[in-house]
Amino acid sequence: MTAMPTDLWLLLLGLGGVLLAASGIGYALAQTRGADDPVIDNLNARINAWWVMVILMGLALTFGKAGASVLFAFCSFAALREFVTLTDTRRADHMALVAAFFVVIPVQYWLVWAEWYGFYSIFIPVYAFLLLPIIVTLRGDTGRFLARVAELQWALMVCVFSVSHVPALLSLQIPGFEGRNVLLIAFLVVVVQGSDVCQYIWGKLLGRHKIAPNLSPSKTWEGFIGGALSAIVIGASLSWLTPFTPLQAGGMALIIVLMGFFGGLVMSAIKRDRGVKDWGQMIAGHGGFIDRLDSVIFSAPIFFHLTRYFWSTV
Amino acid sequence: MSSKCHVSCRFILIPVLARRFAASATGTAIGLFARAVTAVQATWAGCAPEPRQRVYFANHTSNGDFVLIWTVLPPFMRDMTRPVAAREYWLTSPLRSFIGRDVFNAVLIDRRPEARTEDPVAQMIAAADTGASLIVFPEGQRNMTTETLLPFKTGLYHFARQRPEIDLVPVWIANLNRVMPKGEVIPIPLICTVTFGTPLHVTEGEAKDAFLARAEAALRATAPAERVPA
Repeated sequence: MTAMPTDLWLLLLGLGGVLLAASGIGYALAQTRGADDPVIDNLNARINAWWVMVILMGLALTFGKAGASVLFAFCSFAALREFVTLTDTRRADHMALVAAFFVVIPVQYWLVWAEWYGFYSIFIPVYAFLLLPIIVTLRGDTGRFLARVAELQWALMVCVFSVSHVPALLSLQIPGFEGRNVLLIAFLVVVVQGSDVCQYIWGKLLGRHKIAPNLSPSKTWEGFIGGALSAIVIGASLSWLTPFTPLQAGGMALIIVLMGFFGGLVMSAIKRDRGVKDWGQMIAGHGGFIDRLDSVIFSAPIFFHLTRYFWSTV
Repeated sequence: MSSKCHVSCRFILIPVLARRFAASATGTAIGLFARAVTAVQATWAGCAPEPRQRVYFANHTSNGDFVLIWTVLPPFMRDMTRPVAAREYWLTSPLRSFIGRDVFNAVLIDRRPEARTEDPVAQMIAAADTGASLIVFPEGQRNMTTETLLPFKTGLYHFARQRPEIDLVPVWIANLNRVMPKGEVIPIPLICTVTFGTPLHVTEGEAKDAFLARAEAALRATAPAERVPA
């Protein structure tokens, strides 16, 4: 475990300031517009949940690689639980599901912790992909077989494989950036969540034209463009945290924002198909873990691989 | 005289207190375990969580059903709520007896008419007359079929006729049978929900079959909208 870089403290302090301002605005809105306005009620629930998330994230990152691995393993567990709850599993899937929760998650995060790149990048796409359907087959129930095994593989790719690429950022070796990898996690998370928050704010302030009314009634062109531009500015201005130049950081932020946005649409499509509005109710005001993680899920592996290919030596 | 009492009281009190403490700790542990595995969410759709005397009647697919209801009740309601459970199951081992009697304070009824010495409905009435709320499973056994509900036993009707003022609250437990299907050893941690519906009462002169049909319909109506597999 390496000591936490001073820059992370500065970033956390900055986030604390932003949240203080947000809480102040939320309080003022509740005073002037009335506390029982559902939009303001939801806004304040979201801000309070952000406090908890930022504090947990800060705590986890102070424990370095172990803290990040445990935190995101827990996120994967909560996300997988939400995902599998919404799929139509059968009794014959039971052992495969037990393996998904109690073998695949711990092994994947142990491999990430051990920095075994060659194994954690293929453990779920190759080994889980081939072995879990075999376990399902042993029970002999062929009804909706392809749908069942495909749903389980999707659940693992989305909730475990993708999410594990966040702590995997700690295993990259970037010359001149030694001991500061935890800032890559901070950069990714701040850009992704900053983009979500800015899209929400721009959408609430100016949103008129819906982008994808069939998928997500709350997403508007005004929200998306305003949020994306804001997030690119946030990303570029955080380049001092990263091995990137301001231009590169802005470009990374653009890719993160696009992947996150379309990831949100994909996950919305699954929710519409399953007939639910939110993935769960674990995080007050936000819905479930997947509602908060959907844009991380789609951007983390791409951010990881771009950074690895162009900057890392391993 | 006081010191004499002090000595003899100590012999009686300490085991009693220790047992009560163990029961309370076990109850907390079981509740935490249930929450860790199922992340159970309560929905108060048709009534509020308030300290009224009620009979909660629920669908029954798993041995953990009453634990889940018990877990989502706020502590001030939990303390006054007793599950009605099968004597022939809960008195078969010291551990089960400890959990059934001490932890959950269950009203133990014998489901075997030929073996029982006490009338189950009379036992439920006696418990209700002390002010307790009850948790009952009117199907009378775990539902292992693909039907939504098994036909109700008549106990709920006879109870309602004798204590018509007590609210009968339908409670739907969703997903617990997927967490731990019969014959499996390891539970899978899916999210379960417990939905409390609108209270009903037996009406003046209502016939048994009509009431049971109404109660069954009320319980079905409490279930969250089911997604239909393609």
